[in-house]
Amino acid sequence: MSVARTWRTRKQRYGLMGERCDYCHNAIFPPRDVCPHCAEPAQREFALSGRGAVYSYTTVFDPPTGFEAYAPYPVALIKLEEGPMVTAQLTDVAPDQVRIGMPVEMVTRKLSEQGDEGVIVYSYKFRPQLQRPALTA
Amino acid sequence: MRQVYIAGIGQTPVGEQWERSLRHIAHDAIIPALRDAAVERADALYVGNMLSGDLVGQEHLGALVADFVGLRGIEAYKVEAACGSGAAALRTGYMAVAGGLHDVVIVAGVEKMTDTVGRETTAGLAMAADQEYEAAEGVTFVALNALLMRRYMHEYDVPHGAFGYFAVNAHHNAVANPNAMFPSPITLESYRKATMIADPINLMDSSPICDGAAALVLVSEEYARALGAGRRPVRIAASAVATDSLAIHDRRDPLWLDAAYISSRKALQQAGIGREEIDLFEVHDAFTIMAALSLEANGFAERGRGVRLAEEGEITLEGRLPIATMGGLKARGHPVGATGVYQVVEATLQLQGLAGANQVHDANVAMAQNIGGSGATVLTHILIGD
Repeated sequence: MSVARTWRTRKQRYGLMGERCDYCHNAIFPPRDVCPHCAEPAQREFALSGRGAVYSYTTVFDPPTGFEAYAPYPVALIKLEEGPMVTAQLTDVAPDQVRIGMPVEMVTRKLSEQGDEGVIVYSYKFRPQLQRPALTA
Repeated sequence: MRQVYIAGIGQTPVGEQWERSLRHIAHDAIIPALRDAAVERADALYVGNMLSGDLVGQEHLGALVADFVGLRGIEAYKVEAACGSGAAALRTGYMAVAGGLHDVVIVAGVEKMTDTVGRETTAGLAMAADQEYEAAEGVTFVALNALLMRRYMHEYDVPHGAFGYFAVNAHHNAVANPNAMFPSPITLESYRKATMIADPINLMDSSPICDGAAALVLVSEEYARALGAGRRPVRIAASAVATDSLAIHDRRDPLWLDAAYISSRKALQQAGIGREEIDLFEVHDAFTIMAALSLEANGFAERGRGVRLAEEGEITLEGRLPIATMGGLKARGHPVGATGVYQVVEATLQLQGLAGANQVHDANVAMAQNIGGSGATVLTHILIGD
């Protein structure tokens, strides 16, 4: 990805920043200016929680240019709690441990390096949801 | 609107054409098509192509190819809709003749994919998907199809091996096609043992990277009569296109190809026929999962039952709905921007009774469907032998 494109999409990649439609109230990710549900303008920013479940998954054995050093790596379609689906890499999990329906959460990780002098691109990846003890009063 | 006829066809062998450049293989399809139609001039040339800018460093194909085939001066430009580019060029030519603007139009599909190394080609093909939110994450075009296939197997409880019937059928039909890249039969066992690319998709689920070009000469009804061809006239009875979101994650139901559903419904209405009247279907089997999903979206099978159609032998040359009759994308090969034109060239051979050992008995109506990306652009053409 070019430096400008990486910079332009930083809120999405670091914070899963989408939109919520003022008219039909659906959550939207990635942001797209026109709501895909009701075709009204969509401009109000809305940060998604980053929690969701695996809708489908695979492993890339034959990577495109720029990702050679990381293959094989698992990728998935994640259905987010708020409704939108996102395409992303999985992390902190062995490919044979992934299951459809598995709860996952977003983390920020290095996506790619573009040589010694190029930018290092960070993005969202998803890992199995950590079991946290419930807070007690 | 005027009726549009196919007056001539041309195609090159599909494969790795090291000695011929992009302009040469375009020539190798166009000249035979002009000769076949017995015309020397055309009013316009529309070139379907996806990746010339990325893989060959060459754009501006309309003028380049027109000049190279000796037609300098005519109207010419490139049409692009990812893997649907070929049929998009055909639709452009169809509109020009049907609309009365031109009497003789050349439609060519051409792709040169072997001048680059595999990873560059893989990255190029991913341009059919959303660059900012699919490809940017390192997700390849094969991986996107793998995501669909895994979900399909999960939702409908279909084992991977069942998809093998699509690959076996395609390879079987390629054996007698002199232009096919893989004219060699495979078995269900070799399908199961094939190298994994992006699980569950293996090498035998996938169409190959290759070079190829195909061409059609379209003429108006009046012109077709004047040519007085000795062969059966083939009419383009319908031409329709529909779109969907580029990214799979933006679809309400990723296992439903809505653009295929809409474009085939429009095409059937335009042709004034029912689905059951279709004698053969040139399907966009870029991956076995795509064949299953298109059979379902087009109404040839219920949801989750597309694979069953293949298992039960209905898709073979003797079956109820022969598909990929000359090898399909899987075994004829998938030179992406040329594929939509190959499909129609092959359907024309079937309707004219010139398909040799692969001839579908009593073929009168053929449907060809070309898919761009993972279903974002779907073009459906229906041909009828008059």
